[in-house]
Amino acid sequence: MEHYNMNLNLKVWRQQNKNTKGTFKMYRVENISSEMSFLEMFDVLNEQLIKDGENPVAFDHDCREGICGSCSMYINGKPHGPWQANTTCQLHMRAFKDGDTIVVEPWRADAFPVIKDLMVDRSAFDRIIQAGGYISVNTGNAVDGNTLPIEKQKADDAFAAAMCIGCGACVAACKNSSAMLFLSAKVSHLALLPQGAPERTTRVQNMVAQMDKEGFGSCTNTGACEATCPKEISITNIARLNSEYIAASFAD
Amino acid sequence: MLNSKIPAGNLEKKWEEYKGHCKLVNPANKRKLEVIVVGTGLAGASAAASLGELGYKVKAFCFQDSPRRAHSIAAQGGINAAKNYQNDGDSVFRLFYDTIKGGDYRAREANVHRLAEVSVNIIDQCVAQGVPFAREYGGLLSNRSFGGTQVQRTFYAAGQTGQQLLIGAYQALERQVALGNVKMYSRHEMLEVVKIDGKARGIIARDLVSGNLEKHFGHAVLLCTGGYGNVFYLSTNAMGSNVTAAWKAHRQGALFSNPCFTQIHPTCIPVSGDHQSKLTLMSESLRNDGRIWVPKKLNETRKAVDIPEEERDYYLERRYPAFGNLVPRDVASRAAKERCDAGYGVGTSKQAVYLDYAAAILRYGKIEAGKQGLENVSQEQIIAMGKEVVKEKYGNLFDMYAKITGEDPYEVPMRIYPAVHYTMGGLWVDYELQTTVPGLYALGEANFSEHGANRLGASALMQGLADGYFVIPYTIGNYLADEIYSKGVDTNHPAFEEAEKAVRERIEKLMSIKGTQTVESFHKRLGKIIWDKCGMARNAEGLKQAIAEVQALKKEFWSDVRIPGEINEMNPELDKANRVADFIELGELMCIDALNRNESCGGHFREEYQTEDGEALRDDENFMYVASWEFKGEHNWELHKEELKYEVIKPSQRNYK
Repeated sequence: MEHYNMNLNLKVWRQQNKNTKGTFKMYRVENISSEMSFLEMFDVLNEQLIKDGENPVAFDHDCREGICGSCSMYINGKPHGPWQANTTCQLHMRAFKDGDTIVVEPWRADAFPVIKDLMVDRSAFDRIIQAGGYISVNTGNAVDGNTLPIEKQKADDAFAAAMCIGCGACVAACKNSSAMLFLSAKVSHLALLPQGAPERTTRVQNMVAQMDKEGFGSCTNTGACEATCPKEISITNIARLNSEYIAASFAD
Repeated sequence: MLNSKIPAGNLEKKWEEYKGHCKLVNPANKRKLEVIVVGTGLAGASAAASLGELGYKVKAFCFQDSPRRAHSIAAQGGINAAKNYQNDGDSVFRLFYDTIKGGDYRAREANVHRLAEVSVNIIDQCVAQGVPFAREYGGLLSNRSFGGTQVQRTFYAAGQTGQQLLIGAYQALERQVALGNVKMYSRHEMLEVVKIDGKARGIIARDLVSGNLEKHFGHAVLLCTGGYGNVFYLSTNAMGSNVTAAWKAHRQGALFSNPCFTQIHPTCIPVSGDHQSKLTLMSESLRNDGRIWVPKKLNETRKAVDIPEEERDYYLERRYPAFGNLVPRDVASRAAKERCDAGYGVGTSKQAVYLDYAAAILRYGKIEAGKQGLENVSQEQIIAMGKEVVKEKYGNLFDMYAKITGEDPYEVPMRIYPAVHYTMGGLWVDYELQTTVPGLYALGEANFSEHGANRLGASALMQGLADGYFVIPYTIGNYLADEIYSKGVDTNHPAFEEAEKAVRERIEKLMSIKGTQTVESFHKRLGKIIWDKCGMARNAEGLKQAIAEVQALKKEFWSDVRIPGEINEMNPELDKANRVADFIELGELMCIDALNRNESCGGHFREEYQTEDGEALRDDENFMYVASWEFKGEHNWELHKEELKYEVIKPSQRNYK
């Protein structure tokens, strides 16, 4: 892999807190290596800002290996930037070239208010899980794991849905700020497994009700969520969610 | 001073006996007892959920924006359990034995045996929660092998086992939040333990969004705050992982044990430049099928694929034929360092070795052709089929490698090098997981207890969940049963006021320095000192230098650090400064501990103490103890020793040959 250095212009959203209005500010960073990650480039910017006596840009990040779901930058009009199936922390600077201007914004959704700069409040996702995203089994109740064989295909499908990292890119990508991909991933994960069966009806109803209460929009099947999802969660999960929801309404 | 409270009786009966005789708290009283849980990784989330289920009033804290993001989520490979589903000779005793041996005979027998016992319950519990473990076509759970063992006892969910287990625990936790049994405080950082009459009675936490300090009462406080690997700056830990909660506890009287026992993981993506902010692990499970090698020739310039088989040195298979590429982590890491130091390293930095999948791809391709009954298949077809199999097993890891390095690991061997990954040391705890401060507990990686001087792969997840689901629900009752008469303390109590004042003053002091150097630059310098002198190999002279350097760095930090912004706002630089200040103090203690331990064992390799063929040379006569340090003031610690008694296992030199 050839390495190169580049100079970049950054147009970054700055917002003091949730009560103040934000604005874009321009910054320049120089000698950025193509081997750096996008967040490491932001580290360089922040070190520079601190030395210049300015406030660094606040952003969420933690594991920096694409699994914790903290990082959340809207880069050049795409959540997590230009690469497919990728998180911001795993985006590397070889995706850009010398002289580029990169626009960086926070997730934009009513249900995700900005805390500061590029940091948003995604606690609505936790409350959706609280509404029913679990199997009610207290510690100590379990029987031997192998007494319950699960068809490999079903187990694999449940795993594919359970891979969701709760980053919220699906919401940020959706023109309606819908949380249907996130919600459907959890409903599918638990509905595909026999352990999830007893609470199947109430789970989907309660979780959908909570999603609506949080102010997420409706799904209009544009597929933007699936296209941007770092874990490639499929919109077939949304179809499953819809059929679970309809079945639940008949069960009432 | 150190009473480990190990129950009497036969090793395999101790836990059962304990459970049969420990005190209980009746349900009506549980409702009146408040428990604080700091950290929501596997240990914290499982503890908070389980205690909430029991009826205690729980408050849980995490610094991340959601409990689901705790660093346990990044664990890749798997979780061990002595299920013996594979009929390959596994048992509770074997898991116990492997863990003690893997830890180089520096862990407590009773704790480790209990861990092996409850390991089987963990798998059952997780399956019941809907954790989607990998399965075979018959629908039953699948296993794979990991380092330091000769059986297949590792349960996994592709390369995302930690994520799936944490989501299981997180969902159980959120269920308790919904039921009102647990109150969750996200984006909160614990900055002090509050003690009243010698007992832990609460914490001071900072709301990271508003910057406000909060006082929280608890009849007991559980620290489930993970390890301190970020003292090295570069590690596989998440950026926010820190020692602060444990360090505050230490300064309040909790002993800190074996801080020099740190694990350097052999298979990580090598450092690529000065800008690097963290290192990425490639799961140990890759050593199942990958072969590790370096060129036999010094200054080799050919590409890996152009180097013929006979000119490759598969040094792990050569040195350790019995375990081959699956030797424990400390052994594999040192062997990589040895080859690179001798000049056989690969890549631009020469600080890397190859992890090669070509042989595995061929082998799997042939098996696949056989399965499908194909004859006369071309080499290309075999390779294509083999790649598919490898992709199913390790696809996400290969993708991650490709993203970071820009190289395709299906075509060229990966380059790997050891990196800091886990810390075996931590707060001293007794059999009940209680620290030396009554009412203050430490669970998971935050304590020192189960892994001795080296942790085996797939055992961290096991320990975190064992402590949270199956140990603390029993042991905390034994303490809280005597607390039913103590009413909640008003947080206007002078002890809370004083603790809050001390925290506020420290933050104000940090902010008032207004120096010239960034927090990050201090952290990098600290990391370099510790990595160079208290890393994969240590010696007395280097450690003495390191102690002086860290002391000087501390002085410089407190006189020249620059923290922008204000106290009462979201200020990540201030959060980081608080953590780095504690890492600096810990760094000094690590070097003191490493200097004190005049032997090599597990991850602690003192160059002065090695066998003729370069293996770690233990000194059981003088160092078969847990080194537990009491904080006495600035740069001043007192050593307390907990002697380790091996009643069942006979310590010997670890042999993986």
